[in-house]
Amino acid sequence: MIDKRIYIWQRLSALVMIPLVIGHLAVMIYAIKGGLSVAEILGRTQDSIVWLLFYGSFVLAVSVHAALGLGVISAEWLSLKPRMAAYLSLAIGLVLLAMGSHAIWAVTFATP
Amino acid sequence: MSTPEEKQTDPDMLEVSIHRGGGGKPSTIQLYHVPRQDNQTVLDIVSHIQHYIDPTLSYRFACRVGMCGSCAMMVNNEPRWTCRTHIDRVVENNKIEIAPLRNLPVVKDLVPDLDPFFDKWTKAEARHHPSATRHQPMHLQSPDTPERKRADANIECINCAVCYAACDTVTKQPDYLGPAALQRAWTLLNDAKDADKQAIWKAVSGSDGCHNCHSIGSCAHYCPNELNPMVAIAGLKQQTIRQAFCLTSLLEKFETK
Amino acid sequence: MIQEYSTKQTTQQQHTHALKRGQPLKFAFILHRLSGLLLALFLPAHFWVLSLVIFDKYRLTLFLEVTQLPIVKLAETILVSLLAVHFFGGLRLMAFESFSWPSHQKTTAAAALSMAIFIAMLFFLRTI
Repeated sequence: MIDKRIYIWQRLSALVMIPLVIGHLAVMIYAIKGGLSVAEILGRTQDSIVWLLFYGSFVLAVSVHAALGLGVISAEWLSLKPRMAAYLSLAIGLVLLAMGSHAIWAVTFATP
Repeated sequence: MSTPEEKQTDPDMLEVSIHRGGGGKPSTIQLYHVPRQDNQTVLDIVSHIQHYIDPTLSYRFACRVGMCGSCAMMVNNEPRWTCRTHIDRVVENNKIEIAPLRNLPVVKDLVPDLDPFFDKWTKAEARHHPSATRHQPMHLQSPDTPERKRADANIECINCAVCYAACDTVTKQPDYLGPAALQRAWTLLNDAKDADKQAIWKAVSGSDGCHNCHSIGSCAHYCPNELNPMVAIAGLKQQTIRQAFCLTSLLEKFETK
Repeated sequence: MIQEYSTKQTTQQQHTHALKRGQPLKFAFILHRLSGLLLALFLPAHFWVLSLVIFDKYRLTLFLEVTQLPIVKLAETILVSLLAVHFFGGLRLMAFESFSWPSHQKTTAAAALSMAIFIAMLFFLRTI
């Protein structure tokens, strides 16, 4: 089921996410001390172009990566036909992109 | 003749469960009791059953010395050459289960149909494409070039289909070309004398090809010749990566004749 | 007539057998796949919670208070572990496929898992 295109997009999105995951893990390990709060999260992300770009590219890459991964799993473990798996991937990718973009917009531009 | 109760507790008797079926009959598991010997292989057990207990049992073997790969079967859910499997390695509580190779249709009992395996070999273009005739001077191939070393590391496959039976990806994706065919294609991509690497590459990089491998490594784990198809397939994937990043791949590396 | 051989039961038995007999690369694959699957299933919930900042600030504040509960801290640690496992396992896989590096896959798989556990422990010790 996995041809050159799916393979390269999966690896490419993973490559893009290497520094993003490292950053995300670092932020989580740093920020979790003393618990989470709305103020603390927004204090970092609100009106910040840097975080917008960071999490924006994260959402883009993870939407591709998760969608392709779930497509492959559905073909192998649920015996979905390749075409159905492709449609499923597309749907999942679009949903994740929409929800992720909305979340980023929320934490960047929402007024407290 | 010992009674059934005596057979159950007798440490010198093996309880052998054999998958029967195929040839239009439904598949069943039949239990046989075989005397345990000191130097006994799984092939000896199967042969004993066919010779002395049930002549209707069908199975394959040829050399019986671990060279031809014909006797490959599933022994306790693991694909092995039965002539090279001493029962001490596989028998637990005097019990053993024998089935035909996984991932292949069954002709009868322990005999799988290897046609799909060989068909995929052809589909992968895993055959040599000649680049010269007998009238041209012989191509001098050094065994020390990196490409030849890579080819030689994966060349000694005898098509026994153990790796094919071991591969979970073949199970989940029946059209996947499989470790053996892809491994042979890899050796040909590394062969300076092969004249049609484009054809090979097209065959192995499609939707049923090398990119489906998840590097689980069951092929390498079970190969009786200690080959590593997983590494060969990683080499194939590397060609896609090299092409994507505009680096020289094996397709451009050799001079075309 | 050639009859199809049922593979389902054998696959499951083989998995358990492989794990018992020690096929570490198979174990690494299962870890990578399951962690990816669980993370993908978690993502929509993650995005939805963050969106609460706009829709329902009060709910978000409540939600963040809930994160103080030990069971939630455990869940967070598990999520971070999943990400770490998937990340380091994926790094190993991409290195294996991109570079000519055939041997020592069992060692690198072990190293990847160790790094993931290290990161998870870091997070865990800061959250408790």
